Amino acid sequence: MASRADRKAAAASRHRLLPGGRLAGPMPWIIAIMMFLTVLAAAAGLGLGAAVRSMSADLAGRASVQVVEADAQVRAELAARTLTALRSSSGVRAAEPVDPVALADQLRPWLGDAATSGDLPVPALIDVMLTPGDAEAKIGGLRRLLADVSPKLRIEPHAAFLLPLAGLLTALGWLSAGVVLLMILATGAVVVLAARGAHDSHRGTIDVLHLMGSTDVQIARLFQRRIGLDALMGSALGFSFAAFVILLIGLRLAATGSDLIGAVELDMRGWLILVALPIFGVTLATLTARWTVLRALGRAL
Amino acid sequence: MSAIVQFENVGLRYGLDSETLSDVSFSLASGGFYFLTGASGAGKTSLLKLLYLAQRPSRGVIRLFGEDVVTLPRKRLPGFRRRIGVVFQDFRLVPHLSAYDNIALPLRVSGMEEGEIDAPVAEMLNWVGLGDRGQARPATLSGGEQQRVAIARAVIGRPEILVADEPTGNVDADMARRLMTLFEALNRLGTTIVVATHDLPLIAQVSGAQMMRLDKGRLADPTGTLRYPPQSQSKPQGNA
Repeated sequence: MASRADRKAAAASRHRLLPGGRLAGPMPWIIAIMMFLTVLAAAAGLGLGAAVRSMSADLAGRASVQVVEADAQVRAELAARTLTALRSSSGVRAAEPVDPVALADQLRPWLGDAATSGDLPVPALIDVMLTPGDAEAKIGGLRRLLADVSPKLRIEPHAAFLLPLAGLLTALGWLSAGVVLLMILATGAVVVLAARGAHDSHRGTIDVLHLMGSTDVQIARLFQRRIGLDALMGSALGFSFAAFVILLIGLRLAATGSDLIGAVELDMRGWLILVALPIFGVTLATLTARWTVLRALGRAL
Repeated sequence: MSAIVQFENVGLRYGLDSETLSDVSFSLASGGFYFLTGASGAGKTSLLKLLYLAQRPSRGVIRLFGEDVVTLPRKRLPGFRRRIGVVFQDFRLVPHLSAYDNIALPLRVSGMEEGEIDAPVAEMLNWVGLGDRGQARPATLSGGEQQRVAIARAVIGRPEILVADEPTGNVDADMARRLMTLFEALNRLGTTIVVATHDLPLIAQVSGAQMMRLDKGRLADPTGTLRYPPQSQSKPQGNA
């Protein structure tokens, strides 16, 4: 049985059959750039997907009830009755009045101090979270319930104003998926070209090996190892840089303090998918190199 | 003595050109020593290419080791090639490998353990007088040294057939004599030797060798009977 040192020496001598060192040619750098772009595109797709999912949960299960009454005292009484009615409804998981101070703070940029003067009849708002199930039917039921309480009550499902945005984010997510797919195809094409180039430039050595009785698989293994290593280095480089950029963007997004933008995030599953990309890239490059070289060798005697 | 090589009406044509080899028929006995002669362009190298399985003929039958190699599936060729050692006219050493690694190639291709490679390679380097040049790259070796590395590489795997295309073309007379002595020693161990050359004095050196002469792609003797070398009337010794 061969010793470990023997196996290492045998491997080293086999690897010497093809000249050139690591990062010697453009291949690792090309793979690094492609992997960088692929990981960024995938991260964008996954982040947008998370935002859409988060938004969809809101869209499906949330609504706002407006109490439109000019008289502040009547408005407060009506808001209290409405809250009671909502909380007693089976379709409502939770109903909370929006703090008038917080509401005034949000309106101040547009209305100035008039928002808190009391002269302006700002409607009272109640946030409603529905129980899981058919949200549309539940909104219909609440609309009827509120009509019985008072004609001055209006209910607006959040879906009405967030749906177009969710559509846009979904489209962007699919665009990212398309970009990832194109990058994978381009990586495959680059590897095919590199493997063909390597095969052509080492034809003399290959002919000698063939005539000494090397099998196609023995020769292809030399190339797949070389290209696999190039892809490994390029992928590691590209992924590391992309991960750094993603973390930076994540910090920037978090700094905005926006709920909507903050929903664009990568969970553990997303990171696992991103980590799988370079592994997939190296496997793809290795198998493509093997296939390309075997095909080229198959044309010779 | 059994035939290790048989050619029957073999023809070889490159593309649409006229035949480079036509109606070539002969058989080589196992353990024999054969010279292939002829003028430049007579087809010696083409015939050797058929012999070491670098080319398939356009027509005819070639049997090596008792099997028809013309119809042999491609995947079975490596096994046959490992039984044939080749000294190329242009050496074909791998330029980025040392003399040592070039000579070790056939052993590594055949899957020999690394620990078992060192002794035969060192012995072979000494055999061809390059014991101290093992780590030299081909570019730093003289033509004669490169040729000796090529010969060492061809014989290290103890092939059943050794095919050499003008093996003494780049060496002086003394080295040519030494190489022939090496070939004869190998032949005595049972290897069938086929040497293409137009160096008649060299042929005369090897007693018992037989000669084939190619003329414009045809064996000069239409009967296919092999001739004895001009200055030697001794019968072939084969693996004596």
